[in-house]
Amino acid sequence: MTRFSAWNVFWQGISGQEGWTRQWRDPEPKPHYDVVVVGGGLHGLATAYYLAKNHGVRNVAVLEKGWIGGGNAGRNTTIVRSNYTQPGNREFYEDSLKLWEELSHDLNYNVMFSQRSHITLLHSPGAVDAASRNYNTMRLTGNSDAEIWSLGQLKEAVPHLNYGADARFPIMGAAVHKRAGTARHDAVVWGYARAADQLGVDIIQNCEVTGILREGGKVTGLETSRGKISAGKLGLAVAGNTSRLWNMAGMSHLPIESHKLQAFVSEPLKPLLDQVVVFGMGGAHFYISQSDKGGMVFGGDLDWYKSYAQKGNLPIVQDVAEAAMSVLPCLGRVRLLRHWSGVVDMSMDGTHFISKTPLDNLYLNAGWNYGGFKATPAAGTYFADLIANDRPHQVIANHDLRRFERGIQLDERGAGPDPKLHG
Amino acid sequence: MIRIPCPFCGTRDHSEFAHGGDGSVTYPNLDAPMQDWHDAVFQRENICGVQVETWQHVNGCRMWILVERDTMTHEIHSVRPAHAGMAKALGAAS
Amino acid sequence: MSASRLTKGGRIDRSCRLGFTWDGRSFEGYAGDTLASALMASGETVLGRSFKYHRPRGIMSAGVEESGAIVTLGAGERAEPNTKATMVELYDGLTACGQNAWPNVRSDVGAALGLFGRFFSAGFYYKTFMGLPPFEWGRGTGIWMQYEKLIRKAAGMGEASRSADPDAYDHVHAFCDVLVVGSGPAGLNAALTAARQGKDVILVEQDFDLGGDLLNQSDPVAEAQRRELVAELKAANVRVMTRTTAFGLYDYGTAGLLERVTDHLAVKPAHAPRQRFWTVRAAATVLATGALERTVAFTNNDRPGVMTVAAARAYLNRFGVLPGRNIVLSTNNDSAYVTAAELARAGANVTLVDLRDRVSEVHMVAMKAAGVEVKTGLAPLKALGGKSVAGVVLARPRGKSWAAAETLACDLLLVSAGWSPVVNLVSHRGAKPVWDKDLACFLPAPCADNVVMAGSAAGHWNTGDCAASGIAAAKTAMGESAESPALGGAETPVKPLYEVRLPGKKTKSFVDPQHDVTAADVRLAHQEGFVSVEHLKRYTTLGMATDQGKMGNVIGLALMADALGKEIPEVGTTRFRPPYTPVAIGALAGRNTSSHFKVLRRTPLHDWNLRHGATMTDAGLWHRPWYFARKGETITEAYIREAATVRDTLGICDVSSLGKIAVQGPDASEFLNRVYSNAFAKLAVGKARYGIMLRDDGMVMDDGTTWRLAENDFLLTTTTTNAGKVMVWLEELLQLRWPDLKVHVTSVSDQWAGVSVAGPKARSDIMACLQDPAAVSADNLPFMGVIETRLKGGIKCLIARISFSGELAYEVYVPSDYGEVMMDLLWETAEPMGGCLYGLEALGTLRIEKGHVTGAELDGRVTIDDAGLGKMASARKPFIGSALRQRPDLLRADRPQLVGIFPKDRNQTFNGGALLCKPDEISGFGEGWVTAVTYSPALGHWIGLGYVSGGHTAWQGKAATATDPVRQGDIAVEIVSPHMFDPEGERMHG
Repeated sequence: MTRFSAWNVFWQGISGQEGWTRQWRDPEPKPHYDVVVVGGGLHGLATAYYLAKNHGVRNVAVLEKGWIGGGNAGRNTTIVRSNYTQPGNREFYEDSLKLWEELSHDLNYNVMFSQRSHITLLHSPGAVDAASRNYNTMRLTGNSDAEIWSLGQLKEAVPHLNYGADARFPIMGAAVHKRAGTARHDAVVWGYARAADQLGVDIIQNCEVTGILREGGKVTGLETSRGKISAGKLGLAVAGNTSRLWNMAGMSHLPIESHKLQAFVSEPLKPLLDQVVVFGMGGAHFYISQSDKGGMVFGGDLDWYKSYAQKGNLPIVQDVAEAAMSVLPCLGRVRLLRHWSGVVDMSMDGTHFISKTPLDNLYLNAGWNYGGFKATPAAGTYFADLIANDRPHQVIANHDLRRFERGIQLDERGAGPDPKLHG
Repeated sequence: MIRIPCPFCGTRDHSEFAHGGDGSVTYPNLDAPMQDWHDAVFQRENICGVQVETWQHVNGCRMWILVERDTMTHEIHSVRPAHAGMAKALGAAS
Repeated sequence: MSASRLTKGGRIDRSCRLGFTWDGRSFEGYAGDTLASALMASGETVLGRSFKYHRPRGIMSAGVEESGAIVTLGAGERAEPNTKATMVELYDGLTACGQNAWPNVRSDVGAALGLFGRFFSAGFYYKTFMGLPPFEWGRGTGIWMQYEKLIRKAAGMGEASRSADPDAYDHVHAFCDVLVVGSGPAGLNAALTAARQGKDVILVEQDFDLGGDLLNQSDPVAEAQRRELVAELKAANVRVMTRTTAFGLYDYGTAGLLERVTDHLAVKPAHAPRQRFWTVRAAATVLATGALERTVAFTNNDRPGVMTVAAARAYLNRFGVLPGRNIVLSTNNDSAYVTAAELARAGANVTLVDLRDRVSEVHMVAMKAAGVEVKTGLAPLKALGGKSVAGVVLARPRGKSWAAAETLACDLLLVSAGWSPVVNLVSHRGAKPVWDKDLACFLPAPCADNVVMAGSAAGHWNTGDCAASGIAAAKTAMGESAESPALGGAETPVKPLYEVRLPGKKTKSFVDPQHDVTAADVRLAHQEGFVSVEHLKRYTTLGMATDQGKMGNVIGLALMADALGKEIPEVGTTRFRPPYTPVAIGALAGRNTSSHFKVLRRTPLHDWNLRHGATMTDAGLWHRPWYFARKGETITEAYIREAATVRDTLGICDVSSLGKIAVQGPDASEFLNRVYSNAFAKLAVGKARYGIMLRDDGMVMDDGTTWRLAENDFLLTTTTTNAGKVMVWLEELLQLRWPDLKVHVTSVSDQWAGVSVAGPKARSDIMACLQDPAAVSADNLPFMGVIETRLKGGIKCLIARISFSGELAYEVYVPSDYGEVMMDLLWETAEPMGGCLYGLEALGTLRIEKGHVTGAELDGRVTIDDAGLGKMASARKPFIGSALRQRPDLLRADRPQLVGIFPKDRNQTFNGGALLCKPDEISGFGEGWVTAVTYSPALGHWIGLGYVSGGHTAWQGKAATATDPVRQGDIAVEIVSPHMFDPEGERMHG
């Protein structure tokens, strides 16, 4: 395997690019693995990588029914941030952010994590206070990059937001999370795949799970489109399809609903916006950044009804465009190039599950709401830890499936037990 | 755009309606044990395929309806008033 | 390329000259031109620069698939980057310029990057820029972010304006029986067939003229037929929309259309929108979206002067431009022959090179007649020339490979590698295209919706077949049985051709010219394991440019199939996403932007408040009075005066935005008893009660007072924020959970205007306004009493003696239309008494002093006990939330509970949002937080509300710090009871 470096880019350029080999192998599935992770998305691949790297568990397979990164990994708006404030979430996402900061070096793959600042617009004194509470919590738990900006500071940094008298919701200031930013989502998928593969993980694409094998209360393996595979332990990381796999294990309900979330990208433009900007007011929700290729990448709310279909509908397109124009009025002549949608696991409190299950040897990673992409390194780390040690790390002590029975709701928005309200 | 045939108003864009939730959930009595309430409030079957769900014609007649809808294709198989009495009244009127 | 305008022919109006500016120079064209045709006629060849290597690019097509002539239209606030010159209808005064180049597209310094092209292979940026070169030393993201700045500047294409778009956009909603997309022979016939059966038809055409491919034909008979069809359509009341693109198909036959209303006009009418976004709900849809001609990957296939045969035909027959003098036309199918003859007849020297060894006699005879030399068994290997093509090296198939053959000089190289039906729209519906080996193209798969394909979009190549398939498609769409002609229609089968290269030789052949994706990039992707089409697309960016792969996708798939040793269908295809062509965000947004973004709700007293000096603030969607400043007062001075006045004399505050719900019926009291945590069953008629409702999960949902107006008639009030939510909730409970309860709920929020009159003199003020002043005497209207009475003039009103401020206070409601009269009456008496009007800020002060909770405290994560209202949770009856509020974590004694907060040094102030900590432990999550802060005129210092672990009793005598590192330093505070003023409530009972 040729290491990625400027030197090798130069050398391969001179010598005809022939030294670049497959970034991950295409192995036939073996009859047995110590751990099988279902789902070749970001979380599945990261879990396999950290199982091998942190726990020395190398007889690992990642099963993917299509091509790796074909689910929400490639459908999100690539925002990475850690400004969560509920205990448990706070530490988890901050750990994640720290891992993100070193991820390119760790994986030897440029995932283009750009810490360009994440700016939440604030429109009322009450919103400034509420944001201050959250950002004070970040400060006290180690984020010196959390700031509250005055209107003047914001105008200097992002001069072309709508500061005019015609703004429906005049801007009063902003909450700024400086170490947050964006990353190249596909590169993260491939980076984890390549790094996991180098540690011996088998990444098996076009391998659909058709059944989960049980002996009593214990999971023993899987039926797949490429044959039976026995597994010492089985981890599920199949956002959007969690309930379907759960049913295969002979289980029924989960605190999850599948909803669809649309995302949008414009034609490529010369640099127009240097930060991630987030707007939320009057029932609207909007976030935007510019990719390194130049496309404006943006999104908003869920389509508001349950769905497993990866296709969006026009009312939300319109809502998001209205918000876009209201926040950045210069976008009027910028053209939308593509919009698409992903199926997200919305949970009952807006927080995920990294959890043991009622079945032995079966572990669940699910319910990521809007947060799956940014969570990747931590989700992989802690899910691998859970699988390897069969007990939750302290950070994820309340990220289990049974927390609601105990009265724990990690509800960042205070929206209550209605999954669609946790966007 | 999903087009929902409201039993009271006729077919309308889904943007006139608000999606409620899983229509198959039966909420327990108020004095039922905590576990029953936990299951009703927090646990979902999350069907991929045809499921019964509640919608409200919130920008129309404000009636709650039960919609049998395929969550994969968005195809609607049936629609009826959520309130049995209303269903009866509609039947009598037609 | 030495293009020139012909003296006759085409659909341009030579009598109507249009002046325009390109890259700062003046040009002329004619009405009926596109920007591309006018520039071509003027001899301009280099119109763009490519994304990565800055290679010179010229016109490659005559339509939506254009990947070379991409320009910035207009300037300043109306600049429109990344515009395809082939899609811009020329008008007088148009300005456009090149982009992604310096100083200009003709001589671009950036072209030097091309010299380093060997290092810029697919995905090279994933392999470097992480740390210091050459071995990526370093940690963190700092070094990458320096590189990123340069990469961002180099990337992107055009430059967008930073000023607001000055134009307006409209939204239109429509219905129809049959929506026909495309007005070629298939679309025209489909629309007419449906219209003849009385169907309501909308025909959509992205071009400014109807006819599709018919517009590019020179046959006068075809033209006569086109005119006839168009005339008949108009007579049949078909709604014909030109300059309109169907950009997406969605659920239930919904289509999104973009209509360009004024883009093509030299003088834009003042009141017309620039564009309209249509949402059309169609019972049936016929897609007659045509087909796009493919090219071939060979070295320098992106040189200006290399274009599709179909493009040359359009420029010749439609725009009256002879695109070259000395033309080599390369094909693998029959469709190019007509064009070859037409070009020759127009005066060009044409050599036709056919990959196929044998061509039908009909074509050979026609070529001979037109003077076209035909060479068979050849394909282009390499284009010669720099900024415009000068010749072509040909190659001959040898086994599975190629051998170099002769070189031909030319100034125009036309390529046809077969046709790709436009299946994008049906693909939006999830219908995966299917590869047809015989036709060498993807055909649309059947779609579950009522969407029918017609014409070349369905794989019919001949005009006659297209027309017949249009008729059949319309019939199918209407539910009739119909027979479509056989697919294809060529005399000699197409011989698939995707790439020409010599074995082992390096090539510079472009698959996706706009993104500079080469055949070598596709092979490198394969070498590195990116073999799934979606991986190929993402790794190389193939098909992700503004043409969304219209030009290069199929070639890319073919090359990948070749590398894998598989067939194209085994490789698959990517899914097309809406929009079909890019759509201005402004059009999607329409009118609901800036001040019209989200409805603005005003109370019935809005204008009255403004007339009396209110400054407004946003409260959700509402505008509510924030404070009523006297001349020269700051907001702080104003609210302190207002709050003090309420406690001294009286104040009047608009509370009309509170939600008001009539709860009526024989089971109304039982209903409320279940909804509220406290008891409502025994509330007497003429009494009000404060109630708390919980969510199912036991958290506080909302609070408010409910008034029993009659045995079966209650008026329930909610907070402003939750008015809609509570209404929906009550309806849900009644219709879904408790259908047996005989209760009806009606929102009456908009029916009533309401004010709170608070302060020691509140009663006197109200008495002065009533027909029967005694109605509100202390005896007749005790604390929490409700009466219906009349204001002077006989205005019906409801008065409840309830208090949020802790003063003697009343809420007075009158029908909305009488709101201003009520205010005039109340204010007429209050003003001379020394009373004031007060807004939300003073309201906040008064309630903080009393420890009353609002949205800042009830943030959806708070239990009734946390909010200090535990005694309002009845132990004698179950209610919504009563089961789940008993969960263990919600009963923890150390949960944060509502407290009051004083600064230790009473002269100091502190902030809402500060965290409360032990002084020696300012870290972690702290012990609690401050929700609201105000200056208390009653107490003479700053005070706050907040939540602290264990509540105020646990903090008695203990020091605490309010820390606010994001705004202010640490302040020493005392934790006190939340009831900071008049804790016994003597004032309001007085």
